[in-house]
Amino acid sequence: METYFHSVRLDKDKCRGCTNCLKRCPTEAIRVRNGKAIIVKERCIDCGECIRVCPHHAKYANRDSLEQINNYKYKIALPAPALYGQFNNLDDVNIILNALPALGFDSVFEVSKAAELISEATRIYLTENNPKKPVISSACPAIVRLIRVCFPELVENILPITAPVDEAGRLAREKAMKITGLKAEEIGVFFISPCPAKITAIKEPIGIEKSHVDGAIAINDIYPVLLKAMEKHSEYDELKALHESGVIGISWATSGGEASGTLNDNALAADGIENCMKILEEVERGNLDSVDFIELNACQGGCVGGSLTSENPFIAKSRLMKLRKYSPISCNHLSAKKVPQELLCTEPIEARDDVMKLADNVTEAMARMNRMKELLTVFPGLDCGTCGTPSCRALAEDVVRGFTTEHDCVFRARQEIQEIDNNEELERLIPAPFRLED
Amino acid sequence: MELLSLHYEVSGTDFTCAGEASGKIKKNLKELGFPTNIVRNVAIAVYEGEINMVIHGGGGVIDVEISPDCISIVLADQGPGIPDVSLAMQEGYSTAPDNVRQLGFGAGMGLPNIKKYTDEMIIETEVGKGTTIKLKVFVN
Repeated sequence: METYFHSVRLDKDKCRGCTNCLKRCPTEAIRVRNGKAIIVKERCIDCGECIRVCPHHAKYANRDSLEQINNYKYKIALPAPALYGQFNNLDDVNIILNALPALGFDSVFEVSKAAELISEATRIYLTENNPKKPVISSACPAIVRLIRVCFPELVENILPITAPVDEAGRLAREKAMKITGLKAEEIGVFFISPCPAKITAIKEPIGIEKSHVDGAIAINDIYPVLLKAMEKHSEYDELKALHESGVIGISWATSGGEASGTLNDNALAADGIENCMKILEEVERGNLDSVDFIELNACQGGCVGGSLTSENPFIAKSRLMKLRKYSPISCNHLSAKKVPQELLCTEPIEARDDVMKLADNVTEAMARMNRMKELLTVFPGLDCGTCGTPSCRALAEDVVRGFTTEHDCVFRARQEIQEIDNNEELERLIPAPFRLED
Repeated sequence: MELLSLHYEVSGTDFTCAGEASGKIKKNLKELGFPTNIVRNVAIAVYEGEINMVIHGGGGVIDVEISPDCISIVLADQGPGIPDVSLAMQEGYSTAPDNVRQLGFGAGMGLPNIKKYTDEMIIETEVGKGTTIKLKVFVN
């Protein structure tokens, strides 16, 4: 049995039990019970939509603090390319890379370097490995998890190549071991992450047994300290030339970057979880079989739209375009002509088609769906969310799964109350979201 | 043994709604736990039928009857009917108007695809009265 780790968490004290996250969750993974949101762990894909929409900031990402790096003798920062777009008037990435050690890191390894290697591996994979088309990017962990739960048939289309951050972690540790002579476990590799899904992918990876990265720190957590450290590095002559990636590597931060890195005209890129779901439906329908490569980013704009970034994604995107101007196309190259073994996924990406099933066998599931049909004729069809589920259909589903009763519907309850005059029975009819906790 | 029947109405005037019914049917079949290839076959066949209904049939109704070992689908419209069914079944034969072709539909693969993805296909059609397509997909 698979365990579930999720980086998206709820701060119960801040949660007011409103319907904002409930309505926006793409996999209907949120319910409101006893006035507080709960996350259904089997369904959550850690996309971070709820973090973005919660007006009370009750949803947060469980990430590592900067102090965590002190558990290691040698500390490496892996900045995501999205980090480069967070700063106003920045004209040299080296300023960021030179400032990161001030936060306590011993060295820095750009994720965009590894991204260029992954781009090259993807190009080889598409031409040499004769894959099932369309190949769907494995880089966005929320999309990989979405496919497993909602589009299980498409797991075979997922690119079986590791994500740039993992390859960056592997290379960075190897390099550090050579330089310092330390053991692998004495070196701490920390991703500077734009999103919670990446944090989940580090703690509970799919496609590889164990991540090469030890922890993840949110971009918006270190933003103020980093900005301060960067001010000391405005003199160019003091800067060490640490920036070793080109247009392709930096472009991975924005939607379309990975797809253009395949250097294949027959590629497609979509961003924003709802758009991605529409594309996946088209793939399921067989309408995109002739497309070679599909890049999907759960966040609008790509990784710059991650819920742990500081800057507006469109502003960040525009800055990145300026930053990468006059850069070489790619600064990192594979030596082999085939996809190196260490870049390939070692574990199968398994479908989780059990999550959305109504029952273990079709007969029972059919009986449940018939009951759902009946329930939907009595529910008002307003999808108001007051019952604590995102829609009338979701409530019907929860009822037939035995998670709750139809009395959670306030409209139905009102109808029944009008027919009852016994007080104790009335109490029982208060929908669960409004009952006081025992 | 209780069967499950689903009923959908397909608008003949709003092209942008085409594909909604087949999408809902697909979601239901997934939740019922049918094998993914069965879900895909039914979804594609119904999608093609639904698109035909919108392009040619002026809308109609889709009825799906589900049992654990067979999914039966009836697509019925009251459109112009098909004058020559064997011609319509040929790959690439199309009578779709230009505006529909510009959207990438009307390639003449609708009916052939329905046949390809189902185990049984019966077309009942009468010119001027409408078309009913009865489909079966067996689970085993």
